This record gives sequence, C-alpha cells and structure tokens, in this order.
Amino acid sequence: MKWSRNRTGYYLKEGVSSIFNHSLMSFASICIIIAFLLIMGSFILLAVNINDIIGGLEDENIILAYIDEYLSEFEARALGAELARTANVSRVNFITREEALERFIGRHEETGRFADVDPTWLRHRFEVFVEDIAFISDTLHEMRTIYGIERVNANLTVARALVSVRTIVTGISVVIIAVLLAISLFIMSNTIKLATYERREEIAIMRMVGATNSFIRWPFITEGFILGFLGSMASYAVLWSLYGIMAGRVYNFEAFFINLVPFSVVSVPVFFLFAAIGFGVGVGGSGLALNKYLKV
Amino acid sequence: MIRLTDVFKVYANGTKALKGVTFTLNTGEFAFLVGPSGSGKSTIIKLLTGEVAPTDGQVVVNGYDMERIRMSKMPYLRRTIGVIFQDFRLIEGKTVFENVAFAMRVVGASNKEIRQRVPYVVELVGLENKINAKPDELSGGEQQRVAIARALVNNPSLIIADEPTGNLDPARSLEILLLLQKINELGTTVLIVTHEKPLVDRLSMRVIAIDGGRIISDGMDGYYNYEVE
Repeated sequence: MKWSRNRTGYYLKEGVSSIFNHSLMSFASICIIIAFLLIMGSFILLAVNINDIIGGLEDENIILAYIDEYLSEFEARALGAELARTANVSRVNFITREEALERFIGRHEETGRFADVDPTWLRHRFEVFVEDIAFISDTLHEMRTIYGIERVNANLTVARALVSVRTIVTGISVVIIAVLLAISLFIMSNTIKLATYERREEIAIMRMVGATNSFIRWPFITEGFILGFLGSMASYAVLWSLYGIMAGRVYNFEAFFINLVPFSVVSVPVFFLFAAIGFGVGVGGSGLALNKYLKV
Repeated sequence: MIRLTDVFKVYANGTKALKGVTFTLNTGEFAFLVGPSGSGKSTIIKLLTGEVAPTDGQVVVNGYDMERIRMSKMPYLRRTIGVIFQDFRLIEGKTVFENVAFAMRVVGASNKEIRQRVPYVVELVGLENKINAKPDELSGGEQQRVAIARALVNNPSLIIADEPTGNLDPARSLEILLLLQKINELGTTVLIVTHEKPLVDRLSMRVIAIDGGRIISDGMDGYYNYEVE
C-alpha cells in the first residue's frame, strides 16, 4: 500500500475524533491501562528492591569454608582455584589463621581477654561470594565435596526468607499481570468494538468504494495506539511520583535499615516496558475488535 | 463490462437464488435489471460487487473473474465500480464535499486531487450550491445525487444502482434516472436495478427481466413484455 503524509494525517484525525466521540469508553480504557500498569509497576519495583537486598547479602561474606587444619597455608591457598571453579561462586578470598584471629579480636571491645589466644587454634578459611543466593544450598553441597574443605558455614535463614519472598512476589506478579493484561485487552477491544459498531455503515461504505482492509483498520489502530500511549505515559508519571514520595519517606524514617532503589535506576527499562505494553494493549485490542468487520 | 454465464447461486440455508443466469452488459451500455421481490436481483448485485461468490457458473466484472479473484484484489475491483443504494448510505456528520471526498481518500488520492475533482463531480450532479451541507439538510433526491457523485468520483467504468429511486417521488426519480442516463452518455456502463415500470418504460432502454432466479426476457422494452407474459 502506498503510504503518504496525506493518509497518515487522515488516520490520525479519524483516530483522535473517534476517541472524543466515545469519550467515556476512551476514559475507561485509559484508566484500566493506568491501573494495570501501576499494579504491574509496583510489583516490578518490589521485585527490584528485593533483588537489591538479596544482592547486598550476596556481597556480604555469608559463606565461610574452613580448611583442614593439617594443611599448610600454601596447600590451603591452593584450594582457592578449585573453590572459584564451583558453580555459582563469583569470587573467593583467602583468610589466614592470623587474619581470622585479628578480625575476631577486632569484633570484641575487651581485646585484652584474647591476648593469649594462639592463631593455630583457628583454621585457615575462605570467604566465598556467590552469584545467586537462590542456589546457595547446591553451592554449599558442592564445596563440601572438595578435598581439604573441612567445614562450610553459611547463615541461610535470612537469605532463604528473601528468596522465598522473591519467588512468591514473582509468582503473584505473573498471575496478576496475566489477569490484568487479559482485562485490559478485553476493555480495549470493547472500546474499539463500540467504535466499529457505531461506524459499521461507514465501514461498509468504505469496503464498497474499494478500501483495503489496512485502510479501514488504521484509524482504529491509531485510536488504540493513542489510548495505550496516553495510559502508559500517565501511569509512568504516577508511578514515578508515588515511588519518589515513598522512597523519601523510607529514607527519612531511621528505624528502617534499608534504602529503596532510586527510580532512576529502572526508569528507562520501565519506560520502554510501559510504552510497549500500552502499544500492545491498544493495538492488539483494536486488531481483535476489527476482525469480524473485515471478512468480506 | 459484465458477463454472467450460466450462474447458479444456492445460499447456505438452501435457498436457490439463481438458476442458470446468463447475460452480458458491454462497455458503455445502459440496462435495467427488473423483477419482483425475491427474484434474484439482489443476489446478482452481490455477485457483481463480490459480496457473495457464485455456486456455479462464471461471473466476470471489468475483467475480474469473481470466482477466482483473491480477497486482496477485491478492493481494486470495487474501485472500478460505483455503487448507488436505495437508502443513499451517506455518512451523517460529513458534508457533501466530505462524503464525496471520502471515496477518493479511500483510494489514496491526494488532497490536491480531491480539491480539484470533488467540486467538478458535485457540479455534475447539480449540487454545487449545497457542497457544504450535511445529509440531514438535504432532500431525498439531493441525497441520492450525493450518492451518485460519490459513485462517480473515482471515475468508475461501471455504475450499479440498486433501486436508486425507491425512496423518491416520481419527479425526483425521473431526474435521477436522467442523470444516470447522462452519465452513461459520457461513456460509463450503467446497470440499474428497479421495479418501477413507468420509469423504465419512459427511458426505452435495454431491460433484463428476472423471475424465480431465471432471466425471462432481455431486450428493448423488455419490462413491458415481461408483464404481459
């Protein structure tokens, strides 16, 4: 089909005028898209923050691999390469007995009480950092099989709780997003159906004078696109504002030990995600609604 | 040009609308298609405009074989045909100019082409003084003139008018028929479906009569002959 500025102007004009002709349904469509994207955005931000907290824990030294006491420091250090090759391990850090003792003493105020402690009472050890805390149990299991590793310690309670929360949030998010997506498509489809029903005579005339399906379809797709775009941009602005307010309150509330991830970190992917969903719901809904009018 | 060869049409509910219809309408011809309700006139119109396909036989319209035509080509066939309906089928809320321009926009005409062509066609149907009026500000005859202008604006080689005078008084009906005759004299093939005997007789043109899905007469003054039989 030959494309022209003339024709684009026509599609745009028809799409915009249809939005105003069915202002109530258009408003409902925009509102449902805003609601959908706000809920989805909230879950995304929740997941991002949980991941950030979990990421923080991953960076902390949560696994300690103690070396067999009969191995020399040289032999103990040599185990580092094998530990680093273990699946899910991001990096390892060797700590000698002496360093371990220094750290231990440093953590206690009454340092004089430990003045006579012999470093040989302690073991050489590795701090092991993991890539994904969700697979830490497998990592621990694999590390225990390495010859020379006497014991492996990790405080998994908080990590497991956070991983569980992340899994639950992800699961709930997927279900809610799927339901809302279906509802949004339905509402958008009905908006366009109403528009096509009111204009069925016009569509019949279009067909009779030789309009191609794409010529008939484009004004409605334009309408869906505009509704989707308005809805997605409005929801993006609202989400940004609300999240900014909430992040400020969390920051000012000293009892909280966490800070929310700044919106700027996720602003670009969320923008494109919202725009894509707005486009998909708008244009997809229009396409679904129009099919029955384009068969002859 | 229209050519129907031994055309049968049976609808899904079993209704046998056409039973071996054969006729040809050559380029530049003018003809009436007449017959009582349920005779098969509307089915022939639907076959010619591609709304239904023949069950058997061959329908050729402006070089397109209606049985073999691909759906993607249908719009291009329809651009060679101007269709006029009994109920005018104008778009409420659009002016005369916009209603006529609409048909040009559909085929991708530029604004410049539309601005040049539409006033010419509107003048041809005698509505130059009402070019900015909306359908509800026009009489039935004027609305039908707008519909004729819309059918003409893309310069089709064939005009099909389905009961174009059905909603008009006798004087306005004659005006419309004379207008269609004038269009025919300019070279456009015209097929008018009607059951208004006085008007058909008045123009003394070719008349194809159909009844019970069969052509029962075809020739000059055919409508008269059909009634006698």
